[in-house]
Amino acid sequence: MKKIDDTGLLQGELLIFEQGGKGRKGYSLPRWDVEEVEVQNFFPPGLLRKELEGFPQLSEVDVVRHFTRLSQWNYGVDSGLYPLGSCTMKYNPKVNEEIARMSGFSKIHPYTPEELSQGILRLMFGLQGFLGEITGMDHVTLQPAAGAHGELTGMMMVRACLQARGEKRKKVLVPDTAHGTNCSTSSVASYQMIEIKSNEDGVIPPEKVNEVMDEEVAAIMVTNPNTLGLFEGHLDKIAGIVHGKGGFVYCDGANLNALMGVVKLGELGVDVVHINLHKTFSTPHGGGGPGGGPVAVKKELAPYLPIPVIERRGESYRLNDDRPHSIGKVKTFYGNFGVLIKAYAYILSMGAEGLKKASEMAVLNANYLMKRLKDYYHLPYDRPCMHECVFTDRIQERYQVSTLDIAKRLIDYGFHPPTIYFPLVVKGALMMEPTETESKESIDRFIETMIIIAKEAEEDPDLLRQAPQKVKVRRLDEVLAARRPKLKWTAPSPPSPRRGER
Amino acid sequence: MRFPEDLLYAESHEWLKVEGSRVTIGLTDYAQSQLKDIVYVDLPEVGSKFKKGDSIGVVESVKTVADVYSPATGKVTDRNLTLKDHPEFINGDPYGKGWLVKMEIQDKEELKELLSSKAYQGSLTEEL
Amino acid sequence: MQGHNRYIPHTEEDIRKMLDTLGLEKIEDLFQAIPKEYRLSNPLNLPEPLSEPDLLRHFEGLQVPMMSSFLGAGAYHHFIPAVVSHLVSRSEFSTAYTPYQPEVSQGTLQAIFEYQTLMCQLTGMEVSNASMYDGASSLAEAVLMAHRITKRKKILLSQAVHPEYRRVIQTYIDPDQQEVIPVPYQKKEGRTDERVLFGLLKEDVSAVVIQSPNFFGVVEELQPLGERIHSCGALMIAGFSEAVAYGILQPPGAMGADIVAGEGQSLGIPVSYGGPYLGIFATVGTFVRNMPGRLVGETIDLEGKRGFVLTLATREQHIRRERATSNICTNEGLCALMAAVFLSCLGKEGLKELAMMNLSKTEYAKKVISRIRGCKLNFTAPTFNEFVLRVEKNPEEILEKLRKKGVLGGLALEKFYPELDHHLLVTVTEMNKKEEIDRWAEVLEKG
Repeated sequence: MKKIDDTGLLQGELLIFEQGGKGRKGYSLPRWDVEEVEVQNFFPPGLLRKELEGFPQLSEVDVVRHFTRLSQWNYGVDSGLYPLGSCTMKYNPKVNEEIARMSGFSKIHPYTPEELSQGILRLMFGLQGFLGEITGMDHVTLQPAAGAHGELTGMMMVRACLQARGEKRKKVLVPDTAHGTNCSTSSVASYQMIEIKSNEDGVIPPEKVNEVMDEEVAAIMVTNPNTLGLFEGHLDKIAGIVHGKGGFVYCDGANLNALMGVVKLGELGVDVVHINLHKTFSTPHGGGGPGGGPVAVKKELAPYLPIPVIERRGESYRLNDDRPHSIGKVKTFYGNFGVLIKAYAYILSMGAEGLKKASEMAVLNANYLMKRLKDYYHLPYDRPCMHECVFTDRIQERYQVSTLDIAKRLIDYGFHPPTIYFPLVVKGALMMEPTETESKESIDRFIETMIIIAKEAEEDPDLLRQAPQKVKVRRLDEVLAARRPKLKWTAPSPPSPRRGER
Repeated sequence: MRFPEDLLYAESHEWLKVEGSRVTIGLTDYAQSQLKDIVYVDLPEVGSKFKKGDSIGVVESVKTVADVYSPATGKVTDRNLTLKDHPEFINGDPYGKGWLVKMEIQDKEELKELLSSKAYQGSLTEEL
Repeated sequence: MQGHNRYIPHTEEDIRKMLDTLGLEKIEDLFQAIPKEYRLSNPLNLPEPLSEPDLLRHFEGLQVPMMSSFLGAGAYHHFIPAVVSHLVSRSEFSTAYTPYQPEVSQGTLQAIFEYQTLMCQLTGMEVSNASMYDGASSLAEAVLMAHRITKRKKILLSQAVHPEYRRVIQTYIDPDQQEVIPVPYQKKEGRTDERVLFGLLKEDVSAVVIQSPNFFGVVEELQPLGERIHSCGALMIAGFSEAVAYGILQPPGAMGADIVAGEGQSLGIPVSYGGPYLGIFATVGTFVRNMPGRLVGETIDLEGKRGFVLTLATREQHIRRERATSNICTNEGLCALMAAVFLSCLGKEGLKELAMMNLSKTEYAKKVISRIRGCKLNFTAPTFNEFVLRVEKNPEEILEKLRKKGVLGGLALEKFYPELDHHLLVTVTEMNKKEEIDRWAEVLEKG
């Protein structure tokens, strides 16, 4: 008898290429109101393809079933607490989705003449103003599509500014707690990276910056609060040192959720900062994007902003391309408008009071979490944190249980694990960021679960090492995936005849 | 972990087998245990020249990347292409089937800076 | 009174209990680490918060009116089946993070694996990544990749590539490491001038960048170009902005492209005033370890069941840090999912029929227009769903007249190509009804 999966909703789903059948169709095109041309009359045969080999043939029902089932194996913010450090997995308001889908935004072509797109330009100009106010900066570009894209844009502006001064500085200072994108961005922007070690308090000591700061250094790239969840308390002094030798202070804004309405980065000496709209400003992560990475700068860097720049003249708005010192463009058109509009809607929903409350509650939640777990998990920096906190597996190591095992066991209890093994300066790091949209009960439940897991690590560690068990797939062989990469489906080849057969 | 006595070792965790002006280079048992399952090896072309301390290739596991450094100045004469399909040889047999490259070296004096098996093991306990 | 906030659940009681656990008096005490002189004493200068109904009203007032449109040039009006937005709005897809924990992300991972496969099939290449930001940045990253592979300095860039894509490439490259050499287009045919191109092909060229169909809608002949490019050891990078063309046209992979970097917005993604879009990036198997972006691979779990994971992550920023192949982290994941759903609906026959409808409507438009006095098709080479029209009158005046009739008639090209000062780029898709095309031609005729 043929075996059929009895794993309920977690039942296996074939790939789209492995189902459906010849002739199945799932689409509907407008009526043919012109004559269909003979394609051979227009193109030589060498330019025409014979068929879309391997493409699926599915009915609409097949497509809906397939992707609906796939979605059921996923965990999203709407499923439960998602404590990924430095990712700010806060609730994504649904009304913002509805707004982004309105035809008067989603169906508008980017080359629509300015006179007709005033509503959209006004919206984008307004968002620029809000982000500038929140970060305490002078000008904003909405063009970059993600945080790393914003980092690259910001660093290119720094480079252009230095070049205009006739300086060709080659180095960038990056703390050891930096997110990987800071390092790779420096490299893509052709800088040589110099690492600065944080001190025992987990922050950058100004003395270390002073040691390495010279006229060869273009900038320091800091994250504030840093990836340990700690406020970089010496940033103003560090900014003074860097500015003193003509360099710039770049801030990675990934952790802005701790600071809104509390402190302005511009007042701490930051010259350029990128903002992750898909973190701080509630736009959905999408399983890997799309995001938005606007960059806010002080007026010194304004001439180098990407084009076009959105400007206001009296009551109307325009796109200005006439910027001779601009670095150019990092993307076609103006930015991820469909994401920008959601961030704008979020800020309009929250207001100054709401944003401040968001940061306050984010910090409250993280400290509460930290306080209640510190008796069970090792805390490398035992001081008040900002919006996220970092633990390690040092206690559980005694039982041969690692950070990875703890993370996988959380899945069995219905939670998405925190960030693991980052930041690199902490061995076996477990970085947790609850965000402000989690209620006390939600966090309490997470805390209770972590306490149970700590107990399991001591009494029955195999439960962790074998985890997760209550999922669609168990631990996956990542070594095999890297040694024999299989990056797409291929049609199975017909079985070759065995020797002796015809 | 093994550290054969007839080999020389570098602080950057490579081993050398010296035969006249020819050397065979690989990664030590300690190195492979730290990297865990090796998934890919990037080796230099035969004929390429390197100075002592240059990166001559890269070894990857799922979550890490490590450079392989040339312990001496010379020219690559051979490389272990079986590692393309069997990177796991480095884990299972680091001093035998897991060899990386063979080089023709210029200045044997440079080898004096390398460590004996005992000295290398000593440096490891310091690190740990 | 906006005392409560529907996105922040904390009541006064919750806050009190939590502060007590922390041994703190008030919320401000949480921010001791911030030096007092920097803590803001005034609220941020932002508008008063809007309730949900007021928010919707505010946006209704900002909407831009929709008009009949013949605009393309890198953003295309195509029909998006209801199924696409329905499936993509499932919050298990849209509110999920990057699939770093594969056991709870098999939905995203399998969908992206299917997307990667569809992109390979569409472009004729061996491996595709999980997406880049858009066609332009995808093309720029291809140029950087070519430099990593060949270590040569020069990039030959066709002037028939989208002007904004060319600007982005110029912005991305480091002038100390790479140099862009423009290759003109043939004035009569509208294709890249191969005579000039071949003249520039030397041992110092790392790659040639061509777009097909190009910015003028003209289909380039990649095969003969590819052979010459390879013979001098350079790479052929093929870009595109209208993916639907590959429903009927031979894909770049079948014509010798080494890297394909194009725009996938046409595949089920709204035009949305320019973004978010979808950067498609595909290459040959031998270059996989040099590719930027995320890759999803197939593997098995402890029990031998098939599953999917992010793989070859050692190329990426979070592991390789300063020696990563790119700094890209968040990409356009949900847009890639839209494309996968869109192509699943259309399938083998649908994409072909969609392409045929686009071609047929465009050829109808060309036929109708070329009958009008004072209007002429500018280029002779075959086109897909865009073409360049030469007009005797001032193009801006013509567009103004069309606007008054509720029609966005095309794109005046002078701002991108000063020599094309009497020219319009006109795009026709399946969304343009025959009556619309006739009406537009009528306005042109009346003058």
